[in-house]
Amino acid sequence: MIRIRPILAAAALVLAAPAAGVEPDEILDDPALESRARALEETLRCVVCQSQSLAESNAPLAKDMRLILRERLVAGDTDEEVVAYLVDRYGEYVLLKPRVKPATLALWAAPFLALLAGAAAAFLYVRRRKPAPPAPLKPEEEEAVRALLEGRE
Amino acid sequence: MRRFALFAPLLAFALIGAVFAIGLTRDPARIPSALIDRPLPDFALPPIEGRTEGLSSEDLKGEVSLLNVFGSWCASCLIEHPTLMEIARSGDVAVYGLNWKDRPGDGAAWLARHGDPYARIGDDPRGHVVVALGVTGAPETFVIDKEGRVRYKHVGPITPEVWRRTLAPLIEELKRT
Repeated sequence: MIRIRPILAAAALVLAAPAAGVEPDEILDDPALESRARALEETLRCVVCQSQSLAESNAPLAKDMRLILRERLVAGDTDEEVVAYLVDRYGEYVLLKPRVKPATLALWAAPFLALLAGAAAAFLYVRRRKPAPPAPLKPEEEEAVRALLEGRE
Repeated sequence: MRRFALFAPLLAFALIGAVFAIGLTRDPARIPSALIDRPLPDFALPPIEGRTEGLSSEDLKGEVSLLNVFGSWCASCLIEHPTLMEIARSGDVAVYGLNWKDRPGDGAAWLARHGDPYARIGDDPRGHVVVALGVTGAPETFVIDKEGRVRYKHVGPITPEVWRRTLAPLIEELKRT
């Protein structure tokens, strides 16, 4: 018999391991500031691992950036100022969600354009497929049908 | 019209293929520096253990210089180290170091073992200046002009080839202007 308990326990441990790269020594005493820091980290890209946010990454540079972000919050920066500080140095690439502007218009519009194109194609296809109403029967055909039906009885 | 519809998927494929053909040749690790042609951010760092002089942004004005980010923990730094030593020995350009995320003494020990090419070194254990410079990893090397503006950033180890083909010509040009 396969013992399922240890497997479940292991799975629970793996799943329970927090996705966050934030380490205990980084956490601020002020819960309000800490929650702002957490929210900001979610929106910023780790420039080492790139597909992870600052909050998730355990790269050394991400740790530095998390600490600097917190220092700036403690020093009284607004969320916008902290983001501007990093964008100024790393470019808009650090934002996980690109800003809407002329250069990113294609990026933002593409999914909606694709949806529209798909809907248009589907609409045209369905309309073309709709079968034409059958032509009315000719008198001799009608006769043949009647003969068939009567013959059956 | 019908004929066009027949070829539309092929056309779409060619378009997407072309976009990927260009996009996939780019290295996603090379994020273009946001600092190019802008002045270095102001900073003043303490010296590493065993040295008396630290490094400040003022030190990087007045002549063309290289600012190299390194750490004793960084394997690729060891790869470029002989090249940096050679550059420093040639005297073509002043080489400054930014010792990133080393515990006290580690950077100095590393330099004692492998040689020290740096005119001045700033100690940046918590990455304040490194983040201010938009560094994404070590080693990275900035070319700074006489006015203290960042003119180029090289990501990854400096090989003799990178020096000969990219850095040396740029430095010569910056010296003349």
